[in-house]
Amino acid sequence: MATNMTNKSRLHIPAPPARPGEAPNFDYLEITPPGALDRPPTDVKARDIEHLNQGMIRVLDDEGHAVGPWAPQLELADLQVAMRHMLLTRAFDTHMLRMHRQAKITFYMQCTGEEAVAVASAMALSPGDMLFPSYRTQGLHITRGRNLVDLMCQCLSNSKDMCKGRQMPIMYHWARGNIFSISGNLTTQFPQAVGWAMGAAIKGDDDIAAAWIGEGSSAEADFHHALTFASVYRAPVVLNVVNNQWAISTFQGVAGGERRSFAARGPGYGVPGIRVDGNDFLAVYAAQQWAAHRARHSHGPTLVELVTYRAAAHSTSDDPTRYRPEDEGAAWPLGDPIERLRQHLGHAGWSDADQATMQSDVEAQVTESWEAALRYGTLSSGPQLDRNEMFEDVFKDIPDALIKQRNQLLELDD
Amino acid sequence: MARLNMVQALNSAMDVMLERDQSVIVFGQDIGYFGGVFRCTDGLQRKYGAHRVVDAPIAEGGIVGTSIGMAVNGLRPVAEIQFADYIYPGFDQIVSELAKLRYRTAGDFFAPVTIRTPCGGGIRGGQTHSQSPEGLFTHVNGIKVIMPSNPYDAKGLLINAIEDDDPVIFFEPKRIYNGPFSGYPDAPAQAWNTHPKSEVPEGYYTLPFGRAEIVRPGADVTLLCYGTMVHVAESAATLAEVDAEIIDLRSLVPLDTDTIIESVKKTGRCVITHEATKFGGFGAELAAIVQEQCFYHLEAPVLRVAGWDTPYPHAFEWDYFPGPKRVAAALQEVLEGP
Ligand SMILES: Cc1ncc(C[n+]2csc(CCOP(=O)(O)OP(=O)(O)O)c2C)c(N)n1
Repeated sequence: MATNMTNKSRLHIPAPPARPGEAPNFDYLEITPPGALDRPPTDVKARDIEHLNQGMIRVLDDEGHAVGPWAPQLELADLQVAMRHMLLTRAFDTHMLRMHRQAKITFYMQCTGEEAVAVASAMALSPGDMLFPSYRTQGLHITRGRNLVDLMCQCLSNSKDMCKGRQMPIMYHWARGNIFSISGNLTTQFPQAVGWAMGAAIKGDDDIAAAWIGEGSSAEADFHHALTFASVYRAPVVLNVVNNQWAISTFQGVAGGERRSFAARGPGYGVPGIRVDGNDFLAVYAAQQWAAHRARHSHGPTLVELVTYRAAAHSTSDDPTRYRPEDEGAAWPLGDPIERLRQHLGHAGWSDADQATMQSDVEAQVTESWEAALRYGTLSSGPQLDRNEMFEDVFKDIPDALIKQRNQLLELDD
Repeated sequence: MARLNMVQALNSAMDVMLERDQSVIVFGQDIGYFGGVFRCTDGLQRKYGAHRVVDAPIAEGGIVGTSIGMAVNGLRPVAEIQFADYIYPGFDQIVSELAKLRYRTAGDFFAPVTIRTPCGGGIRGGQTHSQSPEGLFTHVNGIKVIMPSNPYDAKGLLINAIEDDDPVIFFEPKRIYNGPFSGYPDAPAQAWNTHPKSEVPEGYYTLPFGRAEIVRPGADVTLLCYGTMVHVAESAATLAEVDAEIIDLRSLVPLDTDTIIESVKKTGRCVITHEATKFGGFGAELAAIVQEQCFYHLEAPVLRVAGWDTPYPHAFEWDYFPGPKRVAAALQEVLEGP
């Protein structure tokens, strides 16, 4: 068997357009001019908007003007809030990365370049809507007003850690803020969000659910489960695929993005799919608003692909210069979400000085929060979590067998 | 002979087999151009091309399912699951398909798939980068389950796995990829290059399954272990000042019961240790075998030292990990009583 094999075959093996040492190339990316696509009514049928899953919904033009039917009605004050949340998200990431380098935390993941995804979504959805985040949507917490100290204490596994030291850094949750727990296992949140939405519909609540996964994660079977159940029951849910082009070292083509967009998978399930410029705050906002309106008015689920670029490393364990050109980010054609919103705000009189003041404000907020967080200890010093708590919450009531194990641990140190 | 760490030894095993057997392909997430998140497949795609060292989508069920199909069609896929904690989306394909194909077709179909996957804790990975799920697979009939503890064994056993006509799950304790681990997290990291088992032949060799190794002969108590715990066991024996006979099982299925039984009959005592949680773990099977086969030679109850019966916590990693102190306490208990 296998005698005629060589190192080449007639299989197609997807390859990214550029590897380290080669010139970045985003020719594969289909980009629609801003304002060019129509905004259909929210009760539209999946098959009638196939063009919206191949094109790209964009609002901000090259000069930063909001153009076309998707331009959302937002006041200047809203846009300033958006800017603040994006800046705060980035400042938080920058600080936490530095704290990882100083060995204060064991791990970190940034969302650099993808801030609009979470911030615009959280602003477009209602506070009662349940969010099922990925590990790269920290902006959901920040936009919903989570105290940064809480997020930091989780990363520090200190005495105020919401996870009681049981999870790696960044695996936040927020029951009161309606943000679900982040799992290390990819895509599990997708069908869970559908189920939550089914629950809301069964109970007669108006709340909807929304979930985020990376494009790499869309390969998991849970993606299929989510789309099937969402479609079958017309669940009130917004399912977001954040296509940041890379899944660790793996180019989006390996997840199946070479021939059709990720949004285009929706219609196969009877679910409308729309493809959106993920670095265009206004477009993301408008798309989430549209999809949320569909869900809330019983028109069912929407699959939203947010096209963006993972500008930083996958995580603190990763070195992207090993697998993609170092200057690839600089060649990314959809720019930076913060810079693009800033350009837009500029037309409304937002000055460089305003921007600088806001920047130093958020940096001060991050620094002050960090100092406050440290007062609750770190993984290795200061107030510590009680290790007895390791045995709790496995079940609602701690079983006798675990009490025994806990005592065994304590006796060991006597 | 070369001095290799575990990562290099595993890489060498795949290199040797890709070279030797055209039907071998390596398959998994980030394993191609990048060479794997732990670098085990570094350089293999450059050498054998993207059609034999193939990056896979993030779908463990898909990786196992397609590996089965390729294997049925005559290939020998070596699939990597990036972390053992992420093997569960592939669980149905492993348990219902991979493990049972030969049986249900009376041998007409079989799938020689090797699944490599890093396991175990000690790297601050929290509950989704630290698990040791070997017991979930040893309970399934029809798959072989291997866990090496050093570079020499890793290479020989992996080559054996790839050549085996039965499916194999090959657990790689990630804590010892780059050096043996004494079980003392604050001690300076050790490298493999001073360890005798880092001497690894460059070419082809195999180590058979189902053969445990006595890594330290002893008279007073038999200490059964595998993976990272082999090194921790040695620290524990030193700490307890006990003349323990340490047995590295290496191969859980098939299991070398002869070596275990012979040793326990000699020592009359047995302690079992693994990183995985205790309840229903592989240690329970070992304890049952010892009880069934050596009952009249036993001088003390058989004890197990394992991870606590909780998920693997991030902050309390070293309270959770069955370190030398806990293993030493068990060694003393079987010798001196509680
Ligand atoms: C079930 C499962 N398989 C594999 C992994 C390992 N892993 C963690 S992140 C990641 C890449 C995910 O990429 P993508 O979904 O595109 O999201 P991104 O990181 O780009 O935001 C992989 C393979 C995992 N966490 N869970």
